[in-house]
Amino acid sequence: MKVIADIEVCVAAGVCAAIAPDVFDQDDEVGKVILLDANPGDDQLDAVRDAVLSCPSAALRLVE
Amino acid sequence: MSAAPSNIVIVGASAAGLTTAAALRRNGYDRDLTLVDAERHVPYDRPPLSKHLLTGEWGVDRVALKTEADLASLAVDIRSGVSATKLDVERSILSLTDATDLPFDRLVIATGVTPRVLPESAHLAGVHTLRTIDDTLALSEELVAGRHLVVVGGGFLGTEVAAAAIGLGLRVTLVNSRPTPLERSLGPAIGAEVAALHTGHGVELRTGPENAVQSLLSSAGRVTGVLFTDGSTLNADVVFVAIGASPTVDWLNGSGLSIGDGVECAPDLSAAPGIYAAGDVARWENPAFDESMRVEHRTNATEQAMHVGARLVDGAPDAFASVPYFWTDQYDLKLQVHGWIPGYDEVRILEGSLVERRMLAVFRRGDRVVGALGVGAAKALRQWRQLIVDRTAWADVVGG
Ligand SMILES: Cc1cc2nc3c(=O)[nH]c(=O)nc-3n(C[C@H](O)[C@H](O)[C@H](O)COP(=O)(O)OP(=O)(O)OC[C@H]3O[C@@H](n4cnc5c(N)ncnc54)[C@H](O)[C@@H]3O)c2cc1C
Ligand code: SF4
Repeated sequence: MKVIADIEVCVAAGVCAAIAPDVFDQDDEVGKVILLDANPGDDQLDAVRDAVLSCPSAALRLVE
Repeated sequence: MSAAPSNIVIVGASAAGLTTAAALRRNGYDRDLTLVDAERHVPYDRPPLSKHLLTGEWGVDRVALKTEADLASLAVDIRSGVSATKLDVERSILSLTDATDLPFDRLVIATGVTPRVLPESAHLAGVHTLRTIDDTLALSEELVAGRHLVVVGGGFLGTEVAAAAIGLGLRVTLVNSRPTPLERSLGPAIGAEVAALHTGHGVELRTGPENAVQSLLSSAGRVTGVLFTDGSTLNADVVFVAIGASPTVDWLNGSGLSIGDGVECAPDLSAAPGIYAAGDVARWENPAFDESMRVEHRTNATEQAMHVGARLVDGAPDAFASVPYFWTDQYDLKLQVHGWIPGYDEVRILEGSLVERRMLAVFRRGDRVVGALGVGAAKALRQWRQLIVDRTAWADVVGG
């Protein structure tokens, strides 16, 4: 599983970091997404799928 | 509503409607799923319309909510270019503009809001509102350098469009009947900073109660200016009107659903057995604030859709509790707000200012912290968000 985050599209809502904190973080200022783990393990699959769905700017994609 | 759903229809295929469809699939719903939307474009996102699309930085394909492959994998029947005109709750049938009737066993209402317009302005050339891709392209065509744009309304949309037009080389006047822009939502102190930001970029402000717009002036079917209630006038080549929006509920007349300012829902977002609403159109009692609200923010649309997508599958009456979030881009600054601040009693700027490009302000209603605004302060905001979720008393964290 590979996660792709489009920094330019990201609106810094932080939803992803709240749902899957092992995979996503935000920078401290604007709050744009930081990908902590671009190839997360299967144990993260559910959380990452929820994060992808919940992102309010369609900035996240999952390639399985 | 006992039998498991097998024929779900969603009206509105934008942020809330499309996310509901995706959430349904994600939750294992594999039966019939139909989306109906008046739009002809593939489902797209709205916040970039007044930002990157209007300035021409992004093309139309960049605002799509899903790639074609992702859309195809949802296996939904999207009826685009078709509007719902009538809902028969008793018989569970939706009437459409293409003269067909669509039966359903569960329905999701996600029809968003429609911009308000000034009286007798609908057919005037040169007058614009902004909600759709087509609106954006029509406005963008008229934003030609050197022209004078008058923006009526000093809210988020009006200020964003003013900023975009300045960047495109227009002369811009922002007209607002409040003393400062964004004052209605963020208060006078922050409003004054927003005003300084805009005048610093060259926007002319005509603000305050004497600058309430009464009507538009026109000649030969094209707008030529605005008339204020005090009798004065201002010439314009183009007028952009951003005076708010109303829930798109006209098609629900006679349905028997409870309609006020939006579709009135129970705390679980249901409007009737098997019928839910999500997004800008939905009004519900939010247990996080013990208040009835309707939230016109992008993140709320997704969050409500995720909730409805889960309730449709599990049938549980869980309440939707949420601390809303929104952002607005003002030039190169991103203002971020967590919480629910309408009707706040006090706002306090704790740190910084817009000029310093770092700012933190908090809002109180009653004895509780209900909102936090930040610029360049994402980390601090996250802590304030948690305090709002935890219903923290103002006296405990801000003081008297
Ligand atoms: C220009 C602009 C900028 C914005 N910027 C921000 C921002 O910076 N931050 C933020 O938080 N929020 C912003 N928003 C708000 C955000 O876009 C909305 O909260 C979000 O789009 C709501 O999604 P929705 O699906 O509820 O409604 P909508 O996106 O309005 O979608 C409703 C859909 O229903 C369809 N429809 C309506 N009636 C019918 C009918 N009878 N039959 C069939 N289909 C119908 C419409 O065609 C539309 O596609 C902005 C909005 C706009 C317009
Ligand atoms: S949820 Fe989306 S918009 Fe929000 S920080 Fe994550 S990637 Fe960015």
